Amino acid sequence: MKGYQLLSISLVRKITITSATVIFLASCIEKDRKSVMGSLPDDSTYYQNPADSMVSFPKDWPESFGYGRTVLAEEISAWDIDVMPDGTGLPAGSGTVSEGSIIYKHKCTACHGVTGIEGPFDKLVGREPRNNFPFGKDYKYSSMRTIGNYWPYATTLFDYIRRAMPQNEPGSLTADEVYALSAYLLHLNEIVPSDAVMDLKTLPAIEMPARDRFVMDNRRGGREIR
Amino acid sequence: MEWKKIDQHLLSRRTLLAASGGLISGVILKTAANAMTVFSPTDPTKTIGRGSSAIGKRAPVEQLTRYVNRPTPSGESMCPIQDLVGIITPSDIHFERHHGGIPTIEPETYELLIHGMVERPMKFTLADLKRFPQRSRICFIECSGNGYSGYYKQGITEELSPQRLDGLLSTSEWTGMMLSTLFREVGVKPGAKWFLAEGSDAAVMTRSIPIEKAWDDAMIVFGQNGEAIRPEQGYPARLLLPGWEGNSQVKWIRRLELSDKPFMTREETSKYSDPLPDCTARLFSFVMDAKSIITFPSFPYVLPEKGWWEIQGFAWSGRGKIIRVEVSTDGGRNWYRAELQEPVLSKCQTRFRIPWNWNGRKSILMSRAIDETGYIQPSYAQLEKVRGKGTSYHFNHIRAWKVEQDGRVLLGLNEMA
Ligand code: HEC
Repeated sequence: MKGYQLLSISLVRKITITSATVIFLASCIEKDRKSVMGSLPDDSTYYQNPADSMVSFPKDWPESFGYGRTVLAEEISAWDIDVMPDGTGLPAGSGTVSEGSIIYKHKCTACHGVTGIEGPFDKLVGREPRNNFPFGKDYKYSSMRTIGNYWPYATTLFDYIRRAMPQNEPGSLTADEVYALSAYLLHLNEIVPSDAVMDLKTLPAIEMPARDRFVMDNRRGGREIR
Repeated sequence: MEWKKIDQHLLSRRTLLAASGGLISGVILKTAANAMTVFSPTDPTKTIGRGSSAIGKRAPVEQLTRYVNRPTPSGESMCPIQDLVGIITPSDIHFERHHGGIPTIEPETYELLIHGMVERPMKFTLADLKRFPQRSRICFIECSGNGYSGYYKQGITEELSPQRLDGLLSTSEWTGMMLSTLFREVGVKPGAKWFLAEGSDAAVMTRSIPIEKAWDDAMIVFGQNGEAIRPEQGYPARLLLPGWEGNSQVKWIRRLELSDKPFMTREETSKYSDPLPDCTARLFSFVMDAKSIITFPSFPYVLPEKGWWEIQGFAWSGRGKIIRVEVSTDGGRNWYRAELQEPVLSKCQTRFRIPWNWNGRKSILMSRAIDETGYIQPSYAQLEKVRGKGTSYHFNHIRAWKVEQDGRVLLGLNEMA
């Protein structure tokens, strides 16, 4: 892994992006082939039966095994429910804060409380502690993390509610209902006004309060405790 | 009779009544009731035994059970790591952490979809997957929240077993195929840097995984310890990312979508991110840093007398092999090199042991693991300094056990410093 990473990093630095990618992929495939095959002993190490000498043992796995089947676009779209921060994957439809409040009352209060903070399960509303993101500093903040003060992307709300909520009936909500619930929860978190309408344009445009607080894993390996 | 002698010997040790069971170092630690059953007065050589059967069972007194922390669909159960011998976790007590319960999936209709930035979007049946060149490897899976209670020291007492402290840890022999083989089959497009791994449970669990892991050692596995993977561990197939946090190794895997960017799912932002004291939060902290824990002696074992005991435990690292484990019996002042039990495998639970002549005085036992990258398992203070008092995952600081004069062993909550 290390050698491979080093190789790809130095390649990306030295060569233009396109050719780097080609070589990068080639090196991946080369490595992949090794990991598929393990190390086959070369022919000389085999016991040679003279009668078998015409039969040659395959030295390499094929480029493609040919198992599995190609899929139709409908088969992909039936399962492809993820939504990315730029809005990729959001369906048509829309929902308002007031529509969301009605759905929330019927389908969410039992587990998340009347105002989204009473539980028994995850708290869905909260902006405190404001503007200094002190969550790593003290245990007392760990139960305060929620959509309004911790979530970096609003699109995650749509993605998660659509796939997993309500927990007793996952995957049962329509796109309009999920937009409405997203609008309502964003409003309770003081992120959008009471007349907000959420759809595939407005939702990804929202800038969440905690967006710039997140960093990619910055542990660098070796002896460092980080 | 011989059995009576042992039995009375056991009963005479009041301290042993507190122990939970298990056979360590040839000393039998049993409750009175258990002792009666183990040493049955019937002479087995004078009674004809049971015949063979289609499926074996554990000896009646050797029952191993998970500790069910939350029995809910989004809950967990913990592995009795202090009761294990060797490095393999029996499949039926492998720890569990689910977010939408354990689904029932028919192997005949199961399919894995790979799409996104690939040349040929494809679906593979379980039979297809099994037809590819197979690989097996033994490695650990640990929930990155493991050790949470010991870090915060909230709502727990010193009467906490390794199971309750660090039981979201298990090791199995996993069998399946290299993910790189599948990726080669579908043809990864230039520019693909991440893939989304999605489960077919009710949480439709999703995590974004850097594509380098696929070219390195990621696998799709359908076998666990010699048989089909257990439903709790992802039947019929799961993603295996050796050395990475458990949550990212998506169970009941049904879909892989290749992309140039991460997807920023709830499980990798709201959860499984690490808030840090510098007012940032770390995303995608997959690798499990080196860690170790002494499993004997530990709570609820009781040492019946001073003298020779073998300290034992587990060490493991998500970065590679454990090269050294050091043990202290005086709270970290002096450290001694423990023996590592072969096999010592990369990204795998490794058993260590060291003989200890207990002088009968209060002792504080600690272990620290060192992996092949030179990383030394940090003290509590070292870890807290860099991660802060409010971080959420990856609690790999040194664990401590207090051996009291009366032989009781307690978790050293204050001794972990
Ligand atoms: C039967 C109980 C139940 C119902 C009803 C329910 N939820 Fe949940 N919800 C949960 C549980 C449990 C979790 C945490 C799941 C986990 O962590 O694995 C959760 C988590 C969430 C989260 C993520 C919170 C975070 O900070 O990560 C959101 C958002 C959410 N629910 C929204 C909703 C909405 C909207 C509804 C109504 C449509 C709803 N839930 C109905 C039980 C429920």
